[in-house]
Amino acid sequence: MTDVALPVSKNQSRPVSAAVGARLKVRYRAERRFRAYGLFALLLTSVFVVALLGDILIRGVPAFWQHHLVLDVDLKADVIDPSGKREVEALRTADYNALAQQALQEVVPGIKGRQARRTLSRLLSTGAGDPVRAAVLSDPTLIGTRQKIAVLISADADLYLKANGKGSGGTLGKGALAATVSGDDVALAAGGPEFTAALAEVKTILAARARALRAEIARISGGNSDAVKARVAELTGEAEKLEARAGAKDQPEELDGNMPSLLVGWGDALVKITRLGPDKVEGAALLPAGDGGEIKAGDWSLRRYATPENARKTTDQEIAFLDRLVGAGRIENRFNFLFFKAGDSREPELAGIRGALVGSFLTLLVTLVLCVPIGVMAAVYLEEFAPKNRLTDIIEVNINNLAAVPSIVFGLLGLAVFLNFFNLPRSAPLVGGLVLALLVLPTIIIAARAAIKAVPPSIKEAALGLGASHQQAVFHHVLPLAMPGIMTGTIIGMAHALGETAPLLMIGMVAFIVDIPGGVTDAATVMPVQIYLWSDLPEQAFKAKTAGAIVVLLGFLFAMNGAAIWLRKRFERRW
Amino acid sequence: MGSKILSVSVVALALAAGLGAAEARDQIRIVGSSTVYPFTTAVAEAFGKAGMGKTPVVESTGTGGGMKLFCAGVGEAHPDITNASRAMKKGEFDECQKNGVKDIVEVKVGIDGLALAHSKAGPKVALTMEQVFLALAERVPGADGKLVPNPYKNWSDIDKSLPNVKIEVLGPPPTSGTRDSFHELFMEAGAKKNKAMAELAKADAKAFDKAWKSMRQDGAYIEAGENDNVIVQKLETNKNSFGIFGYSYLDENTAKLAGVAIDGVVPEYDAISSGKYKGARPLFIYIKKQHVGIVPGIDKFVTEYVSSKAMSADGYLARKGLVTLPKAEADKIAANAKAMMTLTGAELH
Repeated sequence: MTDVALPVSKNQSRPVSAAVGARLKVRYRAERRFRAYGLFALLLTSVFVVALLGDILIRGVPAFWQHHLVLDVDLKADVIDPSGKREVEALRTADYNALAQQALQEVVPGIKGRQARRTLSRLLSTGAGDPVRAAVLSDPTLIGTRQKIAVLISADADLYLKANGKGSGGTLGKGALAATVSGDDVALAAGGPEFTAALAEVKTILAARARALRAEIARISGGNSDAVKARVAELTGEAEKLEARAGAKDQPEELDGNMPSLLVGWGDALVKITRLGPDKVEGAALLPAGDGGEIKAGDWSLRRYATPENARKTTDQEIAFLDRLVGAGRIENRFNFLFFKAGDSREPELAGIRGALVGSFLTLLVTLVLCVPIGVMAAVYLEEFAPKNRLTDIIEVNINNLAAVPSIVFGLLGLAVFLNFFNLPRSAPLVGGLVLALLVLPTIIIAARAAIKAVPPSIKEAALGLGASHQQAVFHHVLPLAMPGIMTGTIIGMAHALGETAPLLMIGMVAFIVDIPGGVTDAATVMPVQIYLWSDLPEQAFKAKTAGAIVVLLGFLFAMNGAAIWLRKRFERRW
Repeated sequence: MGSKILSVSVVALALAAGLGAAEARDQIRIVGSSTVYPFTTAVAEAFGKAGMGKTPVVESTGTGGGMKLFCAGVGEAHPDITNASRAMKKGEFDECQKNGVKDIVEVKVGIDGLALAHSKAGPKVALTMEQVFLALAERVPGADGKLVPNPYKNWSDIDKSLPNVKIEVLGPPPTSGTRDSFHELFMEAGAKKNKAMAELAKADAKAFDKAWKSMRQDGAYIEAGENDNVIVQKLETNKNSFGIFGYSYLDENTAKLAGVAIDGVVPEYDAISSGKYKGARPLFIYIKKQHVGIVPGIDKFVTEYVSSKAMSADGYLARKGLVTLPKAEADKIAANAKAMMTLTGAELH
């Protein structure tokens, strides 16, 4: 209205009175202010959306990649197929994990201790044998040969590599070292004060810890109770010990799990320092140190893992193995196809989204098959045929009310009616689809009625005027024209159903299901439930999986909404 | 056109429903506690991978919900096994009996430590059970021994040797089984240690029970939801607050979190396994013996669960964060489980 009115007032030749001018200014200002508010709101929501999506993508995208270990696997005939008959069943059940483990031990030879061997074997995923099995099953003639096969590593190893995959360097040693090896214990003697800098650093850490203790003592020493006195005495003792150690310059220090890890590496060997002196260190071999002897200047390096071993998940031994494998070029970061091919698993590196995707698809299929005909028919009847009386009014109001019922209530209804009364199977997409159909039916009826109402009455009247029956007029003319609107409403309703978890809780779809469902009566779960279940697991690696699954779910949703927009644009009629 | 679709879909639905009901179940169904869920699912996966049968379906319904489903009856529509983060109650057992679930096998599968933990960046703290009670109970004994609304704002108000920071503990809501356990293991034990409370217990047992069963509502205790990972994340950002969650979450986050020593015992694997750490509870699975032999694989599943491959200190369940039982006890339980010894009801309360 103002758009039309304003130019007129400007074009008028007689001067506008001062009062009108002032009012006009106020109105302009109000309009500018309103626009600014709108712009601000838009910017704010954009920032939120970008931040949210960015955060999810940053967390989720790494889940689509996975570190693999490339091994030369010896496909021994006596392990895979002792009978030599090449029966598929025998080939399928052979112990391929053992073959992968053997290949790994060949890459890092000479590991003797039981503990170290176990640590090494745990770097491989429990599913490491699967690609070996796949290779053998697809081509049994490979048996007896040696093949390069990429196998999965454990989720913890993968997490470590994702965080710091470069391997850790070190400072090169200046002088020569003399190594004496007895079993796993290694003593390294230098000609000069090679390790003074490292020792000084350790002493600084000790001094800092002593200062922290002193501060704590000063804070609590005001109290009078026995507990306080005992605590002060205990802390003072600790602080004095630390101060004595920090003050004794050049005295050797024992390094435990609470100190940064220092390691000496040369050739293939790696020794973790347990006792650090200025010119002599003692330690334990993480990677075999051979026979010892003279190590030339520049051949060895001093490495440092700054975080104390007790304060991280990956032990020094594991890091040593992983660094070695990275150094040997055996680790590759590949796209994680398994994430889209596998069902759920308790091993993060083996868990996939396929089962939930298929489950979601089946559930939505049931919902769609039920909702669209019933919803559209109900809308057509209510809008076109139903007499306007008290009963239809009540039905109308209740449909609108139903759209506002909390979704968990539909789950309870599903439990009582479909499971307990009709004895349908638990956890089945069939029941999930039925419950979700109830949930979205009101949405679809409301949207379909609005779409039908939007078709101009002249079209129906023309059909009726040319002799069509009421039913013919509706089904041949009104409904086709209303279809784009009905489609849009349906797809938005489906997108709503796709994101639901609460009603599915009651009918047993919040469950651990490994097998990918093959039909609507098989046990299944859906995407949002999978996300919820993964988010609740203790393993760190499942955090990335959770975010990855959210990315997939968002993709699914965007695709559905995109289809809604496309349908609307494609079939939209203007009149 | 529309009516055709409608009738086709109705027929299809009826057909599918008929098939679903008629089909014999060849897959084990498990319900129950979300605390036991991560372990039972690991066994289920191993069971499926070893080719012993279809991978069982494991639902996470909570201990109470699981018991209800489990005790609802015998037959294909009812689950075969339920997970529980506490022993079956006498009432639940009676309900089972009433519905025809006569033979129930109880298997203790391990121990779950409840840990009080804080960020490694925060001050190091050791607490006693009594201090935990005083910090978190809604009403605590005042100077005259009578119950007063909890006056403690900072930890140092309770005991000078504790850090001078605001009491802020994140934990599960009342609907959670973990919360029930926390009340029983920490709050009740702590209340008993308190002199004034011990006297109250003798004088008025009801008031005593009410005292340890109610948490502070003034913001010192924050209900952070059922998801333990959320609590872990919040602790990372706020170094002065404490969190209550299962030991397996502490074990997974050792890089960032430190467990609080309770009565001088730090929540660590060995201390929990040996029973030295008092904030721990046993975990169970309950098996419907009447389904053994009807639904294929139940006996094999139980055998897998109690095998040393799964339940020993080196087993895969320990790697998933379960605190396993000492070997002698585990062997006895395994033998009982394989023999399918049923509950008589007398051992429950």
